[in-house]
Amino acid sequence: MNLLLNTINGISLGSIYAIIALGYTMVYGIAKMLNFAHGDVIMVGAYICFCTMSYLSLPPAIGVVLAMLVCTVLGIIIERLAYKPLRAAPSLAVLITAIGVSYFLQNAALLIWKSDPKVFTSVLDGVPGLELFGGQLRVTAVTIVTILSNIVIMLALTTFTGKTRTGKAMRAVSEDKGASQLMGIDVNRTISLTFAIGSGLAAIAGVLLCSAYPTLMPTTGSMPGIKAFTAAVLGGIGSIPGAMLGGILLGVIEIFARAYISTQLSDAIVFTVLIVVLLIRPTGLLGKKITEKV
Amino acid sequence: MNQMKKLTALLLALAMVFSLAACGGSSEGNTASGSEAAEGESAAAEGESAAPAESTGAAIKLGGIGPTSGAAAIYGQATQHGAEIAVAEINALGGLQFELNWQDDEHDPEKSVNAYNNLKDWGMQALVGTTTTGPCVAVAAESNADRIFELTPSASSVDVIGGQTDGISRKDNVFQMCFTDPNQGTASAQYISQQGLGTKIAVIYNNGDAYSTGIYNKFSAEAANVGLEIVSVTTFTDETANDFSVQLNDAKNNGADLVFLPMYYTPASLILTQARDMGYAPAFFGVDGMDGILTMEGFDPALAEGVMLLTPFNADAEDERTQNFVKTYQETYGDIPNQFAADAYDCVYAIYEACNQAGVSADMSAEEICETLIGVFNGGFTFDGITGTGVSWSESGEVSKDPKGMVIQDGKYVGM
Repeated sequence: MNLLLNTINGISLGSIYAIIALGYTMVYGIAKMLNFAHGDVIMVGAYICFCTMSYLSLPPAIGVVLAMLVCTVLGIIIERLAYKPLRAAPSLAVLITAIGVSYFLQNAALLIWKSDPKVFTSVLDGVPGLELFGGQLRVTAVTIVTILSNIVIMLALTTFTGKTRTGKAMRAVSEDKGASQLMGIDVNRTISLTFAIGSGLAAIAGVLLCSAYPTLMPTTGSMPGIKAFTAAVLGGIGSIPGAMLGGILLGVIEIFARAYISTQLSDAIVFTVLIVVLLIRPTGLLGKKITEKV
Repeated sequence: MNQMKKLTALLLALAMVFSLAACGGSSEGNTASGSEAAEGESAAAEGESAAPAESTGAAIKLGGIGPTSGAAAIYGQATQHGAEIAVAEINALGGLQFELNWQDDEHDPEKSVNAYNNLKDWGMQALVGTTTTGPCVAVAAESNADRIFELTPSASSVDVIGGQTDGISRKDNVFQMCFTDPNQGTASAQYISQQGLGTKIAVIYNNGDAYSTGIYNKFSAEAANVGLEIVSVTTFTDETANDFSVQLNDAKNNGADLVFLPMYYTPASLILTQARDMGYAPAFFGVDGMDGILTMEGFDPALAEGVMLLTPFNADAEDERTQNFVKTYQETYGDIPNQFAADAYDCVYAIYEACNQAGVSADMSAEEICETLIGVFNGGFTFDGITGTGVSWSESGEVSKDPKGMVIQDGKYVGM
């Protein structure tokens, strides 16, 4: 019973990591850059949803839609202003810029929303969860919705990149920017679109993250962001099913480590697992092995 | 060439980060002096234009440091407001005058030392602060070396006053207005046992935080003496403070009827939410860090119903001084003061009374004032404030006063 309970808790924590990791992996897979500001876009999405619900007293659905809109626009603006001018620059420069954007978003949020933590009312407030074995096991509505959203998003993204013209363009850009430009693909537009989708996903992740763990601060996105990045690497960064697998595994490992080994060492154990996996499979669990041609 | 580009990009990024940090800092500084200006525009202006490290002779320059932004902002704001009210009242009495300059440290030791250095340049003669433990340990080392008297309203670790842990020497210029962590841990165990609040106890504490760990260590030592059985002990860190399902399950499975939460209110609010979601309803017992949970924006007070905590201050107390303080606080800042505000208020009054007793005047140097006040605080000085009567200090810097048990009912603190 305890094992089952911990597994469920692990999956519910992991599904949050997974949904954030999907955004990371999407951007990395196509634009080949680590968008460290992703965690902070999540935070902005959660704040937008919080403000719509608490200050404007609008229903949660409108909050979610508005958060997605704002984050999508924010993603496009960030890409245009911060990353696009660096398209030809070495990847180290882009990486540092991403860290800069992350700090910028955190400080901007600090100025706008102040730093005192806000308590986020779940968008599924009042929706009953699942009770199993006469109430001994409880699965909250947020967990169920998060897992479902994960599956839907994963399937949608796989279909989108595999079947549609724009999706194919994205894959082409990810393989070879120069060649795809010669084939008549608008590389800049494709990368902007990738950021738009990634940031829209970030908004959903933010709302679900804060619905499950309701403290909202300007730094809310940073730690889950790092964990989700770890999850994406574990699953094989760039691989969409890998992000989901990595996220859920990471959550389960974290909860098991806490429950059965030590609450004090849980993070150390999580990252040790990551190192071991990367030693055995450097591209992650579902990552493609790419041999660079010289 | 490529190397060059990387280097420039790195420098630019660093410059950006620093300029952002600087922006944040200065705007916070402004808001702090802005609220100060509300009580004495001329005083604030005078403070800013005064030559550094030189007292003006008119009023004793009191520095204050606490997080008015950041995760612990509620404490910093409360202490700042409490101190401001006390200074305004004292200045209205005539006699000895104070000038208060409050600086934000965002609950960050490094920023706190920066704030301290700013205040030193401003000419601070005594320090009320800092509000939180981690920064206070850092600042206490500085103030001890500089010989500036320091009275902290709420930094409760023994490492703040020093002399009780290996490697941290006693800072003879630092005194506390709040209970030390060990005292809180010991007092909580005694209180739970005396009042029969629970017999099987679970503890969840932050093992990355000196405050939380300090309370837990003394609590577990005392629990054995007073017949409490600790059935579950689990930890978390600031990084893992989002999910408490494992900790709560452990408490539940071990049949705990009371969960002791020696921590700040932010993780505590999550624990209360998750306990409700999993349908677990033991009694919850907190310490002074729990204070502030009711003023979190968006927090559902129903979650905290029945939560107990130990605190030296009761805003519902009947005595005239408490009622006046609560009234002024509510009129000026719009909410009911918590114990942090009351502790800071008492800090300013304790310094005021000690100054009067020893004949300290504004033209004395910070060092002279420091040595005089140390003499007073170590010399059997007793003080009556709103957080206790007959408050006195031992040479170790610890305060002695009685804790009061409080329970949250209908979103308010009620004395037990």
